[in-house]
Amino acid sequence: MNFFNIIGQLAEVDADALDRLDSRRAVFSSMRTVAKRSAQAALPVLLASYFQKAYAGTNAGDPKEVFNYALKLEYLEADFYNKMIASPFFATASGVDQAAIRQISKHETSHVKLLEAVIRGIGGTTDAPVAFKTTTFATLTSFAKQLEIAQLLEDTGVRAYKGRATDLQGIPDQNIPGIGMVSPLQAALQIHSVEARHAAHIRGMRNQTAWISGNGDLDNFDNYKGATPENNTKQAGYDLTKDLGKPYSAMDVAASFDEILTVSETLALAGPLIQ
Amino acid sequence: MSQFNSSSPESAASDKGLLTPIKRRSFFMYAGATAGATALVLAGCNKDNVTPTDPNAVSLGNGNLSVLQYAYALEQLEAAFYDKVKGSTVAGFSAAEKAYFDQVAAHEAIHRDFFKAAITLVAKGTPIPDLTPNFSSITFTDRKSVLDAAKAFEDLGVAAYNGAGKLISGTDMTSQTYLTLAGKIVSVEARHAAYIRDLVMPGSFAADDQVDPMSGLDMAMTPTAVIAAAQKFIVQTIDASQVGK
Repeated sequence: MNFFNIIGQLAEVDADALDRLDSRRAVFSSMRTVAKRSAQAALPVLLASYFQKAYAGTNAGDPKEVFNYALKLEYLEADFYNKMIASPFFATASGVDQAAIRQISKHETSHVKLLEAVIRGIGGTTDAPVAFKTTTFATLTSFAKQLEIAQLLEDTGVRAYKGRATDLQGIPDQNIPGIGMVSPLQAALQIHSVEARHAAHIRGMRNQTAWISGNGDLDNFDNYKGATPENNTKQAGYDLTKDLGKPYSAMDVAASFDEILTVSETLALAGPLIQ
Repeated sequence: MSQFNSSSPESAASDKGLLTPIKRRSFFMYAGATAGATALVLAGCNKDNVTPTDPNAVSLGNGNLSVLQYAYALEQLEAAFYDKVKGSTVAGFSAAEKAYFDQVAAHEAIHRDFFKAAITLVAKGTPIPDLTPNFSSITFTDRKSVLDAAKAFEDLGVAAYNGAGKLISGTDMTSQTYLTLAGKIVSVEARHAAYIRDLVMPGSFAADDQVDPMSGLDMAMTPTAVIAAAQKFIVQTIDASQVGK
C-alpha cells in the first residue's frame, strides 16, 4: 500500500477526495468510510501514519492563512456591531445592553487591529476587509432580532477559532513590531475565550443559558451542527454520559464541551452573511 | 479509580470499538493514543517522577502528561467548590441561579472525571491523587462570598488554559487531541466566567480588568502563576514548576 493507493481509495468512496485534501478533518471523515470497508483493525493506524506525514507542513502551520481566516470573521463581527450601534433600534435597548454591545464592539475592533498587525508582522498580507451584508442587516428590524445574529456570530466564532488551534500548534513566538513577542497559538486562544465571554453574555441578554445546553431557541440552527455538533456527548472516543464511572445527563455533557467547526463549515455559515 | 484500569469494562468497551464500524472520534482517539505512547517515551516522560517525597506534596510532573495533570488539578478544585455550593443554602440565590450553579457543578465534575479518564486511558499515565480542598476563606451561605470565589476560579481557569495550550508539545495526533480538548473546555470555562461576572456586576462579563481593551485579549497565565493563586485553596503543596517542560 502506498499513499497514492489511499488517495485512490478515497476517490472511490468520495468523488471529491482530491478537492478535500486541504482539510485534514474532511480526510478523517473520508477515511472513516474507507475504514468501514475494511475488516482490518490496523488499517486506520496505518492510514494515520501516512496522513501525518502527508500533511506535515502543508495546511497546518501557516499562521498567515489561519490569521487571515480569523480576520475575516473579525471583520464580519466588527462591521456587524458597527451597524448595530448605528441602527435606529439601538436606542430602544437599555443602557446596560447598549454598554455591553459597545464593549463587545470594542473588542472586535481590537481583534481586527491585532490580527492585521500580526499578519503583517509575520510577513503576510491582510485579506481585504469584509462587511456584513446590508440587505440581510436590513431584515433585522428590532434590537432583539439583531441579538439573534450576534449570538450566532459569537457562538460560531468560538467554534471556528477552536477548529484552527491545532494549525497553530508548535509555531514559535513571533516578534510583532509594536507589540513584541507573540505566541500565535496563545493569542488565538486569548481571542477565542473572549468570543466565548461575548457569546455567554449575549445568550444571557436573550434569556438563554450562557453555555450551549441544547434547549435554546436557536439550537437547531446549522451554527450548532456540523461534523461534530454541539450536542456531541463523546470525547476522545468515550461517551461521557456513561463512561466516567457515574452517569451524567446528555445535556450536561454536551454543554461542558464546546465543539469545533471546520473551515468549510464555518465559511458555509459565514459566507451568506458577507456583503 | 479501578474502573479506568486497563482490565476494566470501559477499556474493554473501547477495545471492542476497534472491531466495530469506526466512528470518527474513536478512530481519532486510538490512532492518537498510539502516537502518544511513542511521543511520551521519546520525551523521556516518566510517570514515576511525579512521586513526591513529601507526603503532602503533589508534583504535576513534566511533558504533555503534566499539562493534563495540571488541568485535572484545576478541575478537581473547581468541581469540589461547586459541589460544596450545591450542598449549601446560599442566602439570596434565586431559583434560576441555583439551577445554573447546579449545571456548572455538573460541567466541572464532568471535566474532572474526563481528565482522570484521559490521563489513564489516553495518556497511559497515573493521575495525581485526589486533592483536598481548603475552602476556609469562603462563606458558602453568603452569596457575595460564593460569587467572588466562583469568579476567581473561572477567570483563573480561563487564564490557565489559555497559557497552557502552547505547552502541549509536538504536532502529532495525540498533541492535537489534547489541544483540541483543552480548547473545547476553555470556552465553556469562559462562558461560566462571563455568567458569574455578570452576577457579581452586571455587564462585567469581559470587563477591562480581564480583557485588555487595546488588544482585545483575555488573560493567559503560566502554570506556576496559576498554582500560586490556587494554592491557598488546596491542602497539598502543588509543584507546577515543570509543567509542559
